[in-house]
Amino acid sequence: MEEKFLLKFKEVLEIEDRDLKLDDNFREYEEWNSLVFLSLIAMIDEEFDVIIEGRDFKQLKTNAEIIEAIKNN
Amino acid sequence: MLNPFSIEGKKVLITGASSGIGRAMAIASSEMGATVYFTGRNAAALTETRNSMQGESHQMMVSDSTNKTDLEQLISILPELDGIVCNAGVNRRMLTQYVKELDMDMILNTNLKAPIMLIKQLLKAKKINAGASVVFISSIATYHSSIGDGVYSASKGGLSSFSKVLALELASKKIRVNTIQPGMVRTGLTEKSPLSDEDYAKDEARYPLGRYGKPEDVAYSAIYLLSDASQWITGTDLVIDGGISLI
Repeated sequence: MEEKFLLKFKEVLEIEDRDLKLDDNFREYEEWNSLVFLSLIAMIDEEFDVIIEGRDFKQLKTNAEIIEAIKNN
Repeated sequence: MLNPFSIEGKKVLITGASSGIGRAMAIASSEMGATVYFTGRNAAALTETRNSMQGESHQMMVSDSTNKTDLEQLISILPELDGIVCNAGVNRRMLTQYVKELDMDMILNTNLKAPIMLIKQLLKAKKINAGASVVFISSIATYHSSIGDGVYSASKGGLSSFSKVLALELASKKIRVNTIQPGMVRTGLTEKSPLSDEDYAKDEARYPLGRYGKPEDVAYSAIYLLSDASQWITGTDLVIDGGISLI
């Protein structure tokens, strides 16, 4: 599940030159912006059938924490 | 002296009155002396609306604006009306590449098809008086765009365009048709969103008049359009947005 998320997140960010890591702080990605944010929420809904609300998402800092939030939903 | 801004004694229909802008309009209209017929899908919430209203003559009706049977029943219960506010509306933020057809249908059905079918049936049943006022609640989203609001903006843009044709069609009966285009008003409709309170606070600070709209702001605009003071206004969109579409 971790691998699937990282792969799909990489697609959302439209990154080709590197792989994402679990402990990356995703808001520090150069490619991170509000469009990516909305795409990420939609991707999580589509791929994992989970909707993370804005106020919950604010607490998350790393990719690992996003995956935790998906698992806990 | 007669007060041209009064809606005293007018019979007014307001849809989507369980909460938010619709509730504020039902309450304000009752305080201004109108007899209000108000609808929504949530009986408990509608009762709360009625408990906040002034006067006894009002009538609440649990009714889903997209449901054909509900609509037929609603039409049969209503009297001849002096004012109609088509306010019931929904939204769900989705980027275009993630749009689900089911969500799109829900938004288009509630925001665009339902108001048109309501007016159609009211006209057919001859329940709109000469000189009446029809108000559609649209949105500045029709031209002041936000990512993720594509289908919502399409539904409201469609509504605004439709209202101008309706204005022409009903002008001979002196029935006016206008829309209100509010900026952001935080209600139940806007709460289910990926944006957090911090995001909203940052956005609110950008408004030239310093704040988002309140449901009452929209209610007062509706009352103006329902009153005889706006007798010569038809086919227009009343923008009430704290100045945000200027920047």
